[in-house]
Amino acid sequence: MATNIPTELRYSKTDEWVRVEGAEVVVGISDFAQHALGDIVYLELPSVGAVVQAGASFGVIESVKASSDLNAPVGGEVIAVNNELEASQEAINQDPYGAGWLIRLRPSGDEDELMDAEAYAAHCAERNH
Amino acid sequence: MDTYDPHIYEFSAPGKQGVNLPRLDVPEAELPAALLRQDGMNDFPELTEPEVIRHFTRISQRNASPDTCFYPLGSCTVKYNPKLHEEAARYAGFAAAHPLQGDALSQGALRLMYELQQDLGEISGFDAVSLQPAAGAQGEFTGILVFRAYHCHRGDHERTEVLVPDSAHGTNPATAAMTGLKVVEVKSDARGNVDLEDLRSKLSPRIAGMMLTNPNTVGLFEDQIVEICELVHSAGGLMYGDGANFNAILGIAKPGELGFDFMHYNLHKTFTTPHGGGGPGSGAVGCTAALAPFLPGPLVRQGADGRYAFFTPEKSIGRMKAFHGNFGMLVRAWAYIRSMGATGLREVSEVAVLNANYIRARLKDLYPQAVDRICMHETVLKGQIAGAQGVRTLDIAKRLIDYGFHPPTVYFPLIVPEALMIEPTETESKRTLDDFIDTMRTIAREAVEHPDLLHQAPTKAPVRRLDEVRAARQPILRYNAEAFAKLRAERAS
Repeated sequence: MATNIPTELRYSKTDEWVRVEGAEVVVGISDFAQHALGDIVYLELPSVGAVVQAGASFGVIESVKASSDLNAPVGGEVIAVNNELEASQEAINQDPYGAGWLIRLRPSGDEDELMDAEAYAAHCAERNH
Repeated sequence: MDTYDPHIYEFSAPGKQGVNLPRLDVPEAELPAALLRQDGMNDFPELTEPEVIRHFTRISQRNASPDTCFYPLGSCTVKYNPKLHEEAARYAGFAAAHPLQGDALSQGALRLMYELQQDLGEISGFDAVSLQPAAGAQGEFTGILVFRAYHCHRGDHERTEVLVPDSAHGTNPATAAMTGLKVVEVKSDARGNVDLEDLRSKLSPRIAGMMLTNPNTVGLFEDQIVEICELVHSAGGLMYGDGANFNAILGIAKPGELGFDFMHYNLHKTFTTPHGGGGPGSGAVGCTAALAPFLPGPLVRQGADGRYAFFTPEKSIGRMKAFHGNFGMLVRAWAYIRSMGATGLREVSEVAVLNANYIRARLKDLYPQAVDRICMHETVLKGQIAGAQGVRTLDIAKRLIDYGFHPPTVYFPLIVPEALMIEPTETESKRTLDDFIDTMRTIAREAVEHPDLLHQAPTKAPVRRLDEVRAARQPILRYNAEAFAKLRAERAS
């Protein structure tokens, strides 16, 4: 199955994506990640106002298969959380780059190692077979 | 196919009674109002005794167990439980002993506990053993509490991190978190072992210890184990051995000699006490002389007069459980060790490893190996069948049910995509292994030619494919007549 990797985003090794929107960034998990996890059934996200560190866990995502940490690709203050997901975690499976976004941050400048779409595609291919 | 499916509440009617109690011959006492439940959870079903017996007997007949089918659940060692042990555990001197009857009246039970402590210590190369913990995860919790007590006793309060490999059982990081310590993940290398470079980079004076399963959850022996132990020790940390996979190395390698400081034994895996279904489990722990003073008590010792007595080590972290562990399981484990003997236990591991490799060698052309190596007691394959469109490991597992096998562990370890983790154990005959292998090969063919057979499976079990997503998102955790009626209507339509 082809993995959708939008070229305008950057990606972490642990499969989170980052989209820069002016002075803010939006974070979610990639199509590769949602496919590997399977149906998402539980999500634990930080509160607005929380400060997250690049590379550190900011929440937990659980599917029928496994529970995993969500790692912050960039550090900063949480300024919004996608509360819609509480009632409809399937948005993460159906639209990981759109309705399935997780948190919005005001970045502190602190960044984990991030990849562009091409490097991330190679990172996914490496793990696929 | 048994489709029996009522809920016990559906038999309930007011006034039905299972037991006739004698007339009250003492003054009736009122329960204090403060002790009464306020949550409405007091509508217990009312039934006759035959209704209860039939209901639970019918349900029990739908169980899969090692007494009914091959049960190759990787990392869980579900082996056959010899019935001789059941007889030993039912001897009145064991089964009817009261935990408060005192040492003098419990000499037989104490001797059994003492000998089991000695035997487990000998098998694993440790100086002291406590039989207290109720199961493996509690054994882990015990170990990390002991590590913390040991460091604090030395006046070193700065050790707040526990190293856990990314292939570990989920109970390892959970244990570290439960004790208030921070989990630091160590990566695996391309061979499926601990990545030594990554380990080195994570060592510091903050390390309380490392938790490691050997063989690990990819079914591979950590062949750099001696170096791993030296590295962790050189940073002042201690090595915790998760004994879940001890079945691979009995009589061959001793964790205490490899460099571990502490381990738990899953008596319900390695030592044939019942596993699953409430067991109960038993997670005895063993350790080096340096950690022995911190073990949870009571332990059993033998005095100069030959008599046995309970004692609690001087710096014990305290009890982990009321009374003396899950004693009935100790009797079964003792019976197992004594009936197998040293040679027999070594053969257990030799045959367990041989059986796993037989399955690996005969299936790897259709189900790719996670790592191309000879495995230990379990083999991790991938449910990625060439030419099969849209078939996933879950479908393969469900199809196995149609053929009368309990599926192996799936989607674990987490580092292997579409993992199928098969642990046959030593208790299976070659014929059973061949039946399983032939079935797996048939399923691989079906996956290519008739993938619907896999997607629709199971079709021959009492229930069809369960809606795991809905069960996780909208669980119904207690009986509710309205919700049940709605479910029944949905199922009928």
